Amino acid sequence: MRHTLAVLVENRPGVLSHVAGLFARRGYNIESLVVGETEDKTVSRITLVVEGDERVIEQVSKQLNKQIEVIKVNDITNEQTVDRQMLLVKVTADQAARQEILQLMEIFRCRVVDIGRRSLIIEATGDEGKIEAVIQSLRPFGIKELVRTGKVSMVRGSK
Amino acid sequence: MNGAEYIIQFLEKKGVDLVFGYPGGAVLALYDALGRSSIKHILTRHEQGAIHGADGYARVTGKTGVCFATSGPGATNLITGIANAYLDSAPILVITGQVGVDSIGRDSFQEADIVGITMPIVKHNYLVKSLYDLPAVLEEAWNVAQRGRPGPVLIDVPKNVFAGVADFPEAVFTPPNRKIPLKNSLEKQIERAVAALREAQKPLILAGGGVVASGAEDLLAEFRKHTKIPVVNTLMGKGAVPEELGGSLGMVGMHGKPAANLALSGCDVLLALGVRFSDRVTGNPQNFLPATCIIHVDIDPAELSKNVHTEIPVVSDVQKFLTLLLSRLKEEGFKPRYGPWLAQVDAWVKQYPLHFETGDLLKPQQIINEVAKQVTGAPVVVTDVGQHQMFVAQFFPVQGKRNFITSGGLGTMGFGLPAAMGAAFGRPGEQVVLFTGDGGFQMTVQELAVMAQYQLPVKAFIINNSCLGMVRQWQELFFKEHYAHSLFSCGPDFVKLAEAYGVKGLRLAQPAELAGTIREALQHSGPVVVDCLVDQGENVLPIIPPGGQPNEMLGRWRGEAHVSRIS
Repeated sequence: MRHTLAVLVENRPGVLSHVAGLFARRGYNIESLVVGETEDKTVSRITLVVEGDERVIEQVSKQLNKQIEVIKVNDITNEQTVDRQMLLVKVTADQAARQEILQLMEIFRCRVVDIGRRSLIIEATGDEGKIEAVIQSLRPFGIKELVRTGKVSMVRGSK
Repeated sequence: MNGAEYIIQFLEKKGVDLVFGYPGGAVLALYDALGRSSIKHILTRHEQGAIHGADGYARVTGKTGVCFATSGPGATNLITGIANAYLDSAPILVITGQVGVDSIGRDSFQEADIVGITMPIVKHNYLVKSLYDLPAVLEEAWNVAQRGRPGPVLIDVPKNVFAGVADFPEAVFTPPNRKIPLKNSLEKQIERAVAALREAQKPLILAGGGVVASGAEDLLAEFRKHTKIPVVNTLMGKGAVPEELGGSLGMVGMHGKPAANLALSGCDVLLALGVRFSDRVTGNPQNFLPATCIIHVDIDPAELSKNVHTEIPVVSDVQKFLTLLLSRLKEEGFKPRYGPWLAQVDAWVKQYPLHFETGDLLKPQQIINEVAKQVTGAPVVVTDVGQHQMFVAQFFPVQGKRNFITSGGLGTMGFGLPAAMGAAFGRPGEQVVLFTGDGGFQMTVQELAVMAQYQLPVKAFIINNSCLGMVRQWQELFFKEHYAHSLFSCGPDFVKLAEAYGVKGLRLAQPAELAGTIREALQHSGPVVVDCLVDQGENVLPIIPPGGQPNEMLGRWRGEAHVSRIS
């Protein structure tokens, strides 16, 4: 099963390699990893998506907790969360297809952020389902280039 | 004050009186400050000798070992020793030099990213880029090495940080208040342990390195007196419970004693204290004691349920746990009633003693037995890695605290000699007995120079079988006697080699010389190397083939000529 871990770490050089290195050497698989500063400049948050059963996730959390720079590990898999990923996709769009693509993107509330002679760059944000759907809908037109971020998550409510 | 002077002053304040190391370009300022301080420096002949020396020192004293090395090759030569200390949880502070901050990342002369290289094998590491970070980093590193489960910590200090002058701020270490949420409180787990022991009919204690690390040897003895529960030990737990009659049944695992392994596979409640259930103990962890209730006590929560199923996981220092458990048992008037189980264990001890044949050629076990017989008091016993290590684990009854030093987790050949050197510095005036092999001894033989320089009372017995014994044994048993590259066709004259370093050398070649040569070695006050020529074909038995269960031992039982499975 896939788990989402929110890991608060001290914002120091080397923290990311300590955490990423831990996954490599213990043989855990990271599906995605996003890191960025939080409201407190001395603290960063790493949002990790990890595949594994309960035993593996328990080990992952314990090993993370042993890292000196790790402040807190939260498994937010079963929480009510707001999840977002971001996608940039360059899609083939000649004059004939362009209108159709724009209409599709309207439905998904995506934005066109660049227009070339034969292509468009589209920006989408949303949960994983939406991002997948956007990609599927654009695939028939010909995807020239695609880049997406990992998932960031926030627990709903006042917690 | 410059950075180097600050580091030395810091170490002095922490009570460090001895550092193992090897100087070089990037640490010249550090050595300049060291040379003007009260701290004694042991100049080993290789950085690996320095880190193993600090490791041996840390293990026999319980204090943090300190090791210095220069940048680049100096630092990379430490890697095996750092990994060794990490796997056996020895507290070591390593300070390496680094090229100047402006030269980092340019493939400068003697530059190596030692922080990156050592990341998987240290408890934590630091690259100090600013002079002003030194106080906080040193204070934190010192604490990290010792707190909780001990381990090696590395600080990489660029040349210009050593040389930079500043008024250093006071640093105070405040332990991070990061309570890892426990599913169950310690009190609740103690209650569950008490209930399990109340129900148990065949309980067993498995003592590991954590008993030694927490200094719980005496408490464990008291606990045993009160509960009568038999004990077995891991390799790292050897010596935690004395091995005389009525003490530990001995080591469990791949080359464990028969009675100890039979007790392990027969117990219904296993109280595992400070162990990590290594594959050398469990075989296939999936099938390990499926019907046994395991109470696993460890200070490192990540060890619990890492390798084997655990009914009662307890995050605690062994000493604290035993104190609480014992007082709870006394409170409820606990009376042991494990009679039939104790009788069964005794029967196993009598039925399956360790067995070996003597003959025209010397056997390693004979030498170990004779040294154990002749040695006076409770010496520090150090081993290298391989067959002789297992023979010592089986045959040498270690006494006293922190008196058995071996490379358990990493299995580092070459550990023995420098670790024995470190042990001798850690416990001045005490006898140190080293058992090593002709393979491992040659890996770090250069440290004989330090032995000679300080006239350390180390008695080194080379169990010389002219081969890599454990490799040879596995080739015999599991690779159809195809001895690929494990037999030495040429070896040095170890007696002359010892003498070349200024160390007394002796040769033991015949069974008839056994008692006399060992007496001569033990009576010599300084360092001695005894080249013991032994039967090349001797195997370590019993053996549990890889992946097997504790009761699936192969051995020679009651004088049988052939190896068979225990029945």
